[in-house]
Amino acid sequence: MNQHHRAANYNFAYLDEQTKRMIRRAILKAIAIPGYQVPFASREMPMPYGWGTGGVQVTASILGPDDVLKVIDQGADDTTNAVSIRKFFERVAGVETTTKTAEASIIQTRHRIPEEAMTEGQVLVYQVPIPEPLRFLEPRETETRKMHALEEYGLMHVKLYEDIARNGHIATTYAYPVKVEGRYVMDPSPIPKFDNPKMHMSEALQLFGAGREKRIYALPPHTEVVSLDFEDHPFEIQKFDKPCALCGAEQVFLDEVILDDRGNRMFVCSDTDHCESRRADGHTGAVVQETI
Amino acid sequence: MMDQAVTLDGGFADPVFNAQSAFRIIMDAMARPGHVLAIPAYATPPVPLSAIAGTVACTLLDVDTPFWLDQALAANPALQAWLTFHTGARAAATPVEAHFALVGDPTSMPSLERFALGSHNYPDQSTTLILQVGSLDGGVPLTFAGPGIKGRKTIAPQGLPAGFTAQWHDNGKRFPCGVDLILTSADAIACLPRTARLVETES
Repeated sequence: MNQHHRAANYNFAYLDEQTKRMIRRAILKAIAIPGYQVPFASREMPMPYGWGTGGVQVTASILGPDDVLKVIDQGADDTTNAVSIRKFFERVAGVETTTKTAEASIIQTRHRIPEEAMTEGQVLVYQVPIPEPLRFLEPRETETRKMHALEEYGLMHVKLYEDIARNGHIATTYAYPVKVEGRYVMDPSPIPKFDNPKMHMSEALQLFGAGREKRIYALPPHTEVVSLDFEDHPFEIQKFDKPCALCGAEQVFLDEVILDDRGNRMFVCSDTDHCESRRADGHTGAVVQETI
Repeated sequence: MMDQAVTLDGGFADPVFNAQSAFRIIMDAMARPGHVLAIPAYATPPVPLSAIAGTVACTLLDVDTPFWLDQALAANPALQAWLTFHTGARAAATPVEAHFALVGDPTSMPSLERFALGSHNYPDQSTTLILQVGSLDGGVPLTFAGPGIKGRKTIAPQGLPAGFTAQWHDNGKRFPCGVDLILTSADAIACLPRTARLVETES
């Protein structure tokens, strides 16, 4: 873990106190109505919309000096978005940061859920680009709001059915819609559908922040989260033919890495912390074994 | 002069970190309905508002959130002045206009349906009730299930409103509309969001 000193010329965690209170109230409402998108007065942040401003505002509103923060971008701690958001909070909040899933009290994520199961007391904050699962089917906010109010989700099933009609299977692989506690259809943010089952009955509190679209929603721990499907086309997660080339992990989500211009490639864990800790424990994959 | 001192004193000594620390406990309590969580008394409001209810109010209220006080709390005019001074919030004329309701004596409070319940389009536009109950244990055991609860959770608060079980059952039937409760004792809180379902207890 890394200790940091807070820049004195900012309020703790950048946001002013009234903004934090407004966001905190929205978070409580979001927890009380799981899967419902609570509108909030999203602020301009010192980074463009689309770079995780929703997640940053949620994190800034819950973060305290004793928290240990981890930030991941597509599973990795060391890519641009994760590094810059981690540095942002190191500077404006002076909190400890870590790359280890188990050490973190708050994990802000862009498009992945860590492989290691999260535990009670941990909070997972998602960065959400388009919070409305019905948006690409119905562009009008007035209509989608009514559809949620009336629980009118037939259109979503039509979309999944059209997938089957065209491709023979449900071709949606990320931002795969879920139903929360049998009531609200929710966009899980663009996580791979591989991660959908991890949301179901999670021990951790899950908060979703969409900065540009100005919505906050939540899944309390131990909440039923079911991926939409059909009886004859049940929900399935991605499967990989080979284990991780670096650590040999199976049943994890893998990223494709191009190795040269002759078509050579390898598949490695998308969760860098998971991969590194496995390798530290002595696990090796095919690529590592070849080079030894 | 005395009145002024009562109004000006007793707010958060460290507004940023007191509010953050109290909010995390409230958030945790809302995410785990029925769990009794200890919370420090960061505020010292005029009686009969308790230090814990005052701490919750100072954490969540501001100029955007009108509040309503029940008869027991409205009896002390200094209390309303204190809340407005420390949070910026104004008193609401009726329960249904209030974003937050502070209730000093839940046994004689209006029924839950008298508060804002939200609409099907905007179920979040509902009143959050901060109830001062005598104690969060030793009362009639109530068992809850629902999101945030692993299996079932039993809590036995004292001094809930008369006919609470029937009222809470009705509140649940209005989902996604309905009110959420923050129960406060002398040193702890427990939350009952609208999703907390009362399940029959074996007698």
